[in-house]
Amino acid sequence: MHVSASPGVWIAALLTLGIFSFLYKDNPVYKFCEHLFVGVSAGYWVVLTYYSSIKPNLIDPLFGVPFAMDRHLLLVIPLVLSLFLFSRFFPRGDWLSRWSIAIILGVYPALRITGFAQGDLVQQIGGSILPFWVPGHPMTSLNNVLLVGGLLATLVFFFFSTEHKGAVGGIARVGVFFLMVSFGASYGYTVMARVSLLIGRVMFLLDTWLGVVRF
Amino acid sequence: MSPGLSSLKQLDRRWIFLAVALLVVIPLAVGIHIAPVAPSPRTRGFYDAIEKVPSGSTVLLAGDYDPSTVAENYPMHLAAARHLMSRDVKIIGLALYPGGPPLTDQVLRLAAAEYGKKEGIDYVNLGYKAGNELVMSQMGSSIPRTFPVDRRGVPVDQIPVMHGVQNYANFPLLVSISAGYPGTKEWVQQVVSRYHLPMVAGVTAVSAPEYYPYLQTGQLRGLLGGMAGGAEYEVLVKHPALATRGMDAQSLAHVFIALMILLGNLAFLGEDRSRRR
Repeated sequence: MHVSASPGVWIAALLTLGIFSFLYKDNPVYKFCEHLFVGVSAGYWVVLTYYSSIKPNLIDPLFGVPFAMDRHLLLVIPLVLSLFLFSRFFPRGDWLSRWSIAIILGVYPALRITGFAQGDLVQQIGGSILPFWVPGHPMTSLNNVLLVGGLLATLVFFFFSTEHKGAVGGIARVGVFFLMVSFGASYGYTVMARVSLLIGRVMFLLDTWLGVVRF
Repeated sequence: MSPGLSSLKQLDRRWIFLAVALLVVIPLAVGIHIAPVAPSPRTRGFYDAIEKVPSGSTVLLAGDYDPSTVAENYPMHLAAARHLMSRDVKIIGLALYPGGPPLTDQVLRLAAAEYGKKEGIDYVNLGYKAGNELVMSQMGSSIPRTFPVDRRGVPVDQIPVMHGVQNYANFPLLVSISAGYPGTKEWVQQVVSRYHLPMVAGVTAVSAPEYYPYLQTGQLRGLLGGMAGGAEYEVLVKHPALATRGMDAQSLAHVFIALMILLGNLAFLGEDRSRRR
């Protein structure tokens, strides 16, 4: 057993135990750890964003090189727009921030919609057009039938223009079955994820902090 | 309903927490070995895609996660870096999570020390850049313009591994280690579908089901799902490490949780029947 002498490791270990103490019941130690995490995360993000984005992409090219009209003009535009965002602190000029927000709202959805259309919609529809019979591969054939059948049944479940009665109701119920299998798989993976996080913390406590076991 | 099952409904949930904690701590402390780890086709796809990368080429390794998912993402990140460096493939690391760069540093330095690789010549960590999909999109035009300096502040035109790297056309493979947004999904949407860059991903277990459709369509060549995926990959690269060591605790906790779900449902079923009577 070789207990760590590093103050950083001790702080991390005690904060981990402080957060785990919530499992017994809510308490002031847990609250302290939670608030500390929020504050430190926010501070870290601000400093990191400045040094990784604002300084190399805006400040340095703007003030660290000789003046050139075309290049500097391109940099002044984002500088002014970013300053406009702070106008929300002043009620008389807060309308200026709408210009910056309008650009953000214009660019982001466009970027995400085109990405979704290319990466998901078209590709996934293409991926669901499969042969029901693949000679020599009965399991692949079965998989294809299940995939296409499950997809159609689930789509019928989400089709609300017709009452779910008779044949439509029956297919929708099959769709529910496929949805339940999907939720079950997601839940299984979620359990695995949460247990993994616990394992990670226990490894840290046993290895880095207490030195009981070496992983 | 039997009295045993009935009393289960009154059980203080803290006993379950304690049981899960013991089932995790004891195997890790004692080193119980339950079952061998067998690689799945998804993991083999990840491994094969890296095996196909020619030696001497440069791969983009995105470590989009932070300390909150280290237990799942770090082992697969480290295993991927080791695999790439063992095959003399150069690495350009980056992160779209603010907390990611120190982890990428740690992974690359650890793997580099094992395989005698040098920073700047065999690998570089470009660090974090805010902007999510915008960063991915801009990298398609120019990586040096998107990342003018690396994490240490060295201009990229002075870094040998970055010479000749302009955009995605210079990479044979993209390796995404991802915890959520922005991550694997966005790399597929913004990069794979537009630039047709082959891609493999290592993701947290909670997000893994979301990426199975990408495997089906071939948009992903391979997928590591959570700690189990990481352990399978460690077996394939013949370097059992953190994920493999955690699998026994994982298995025991899973059996216990499955048992609790089963008993809970039996208790509910019994109560439902006695109410109907």
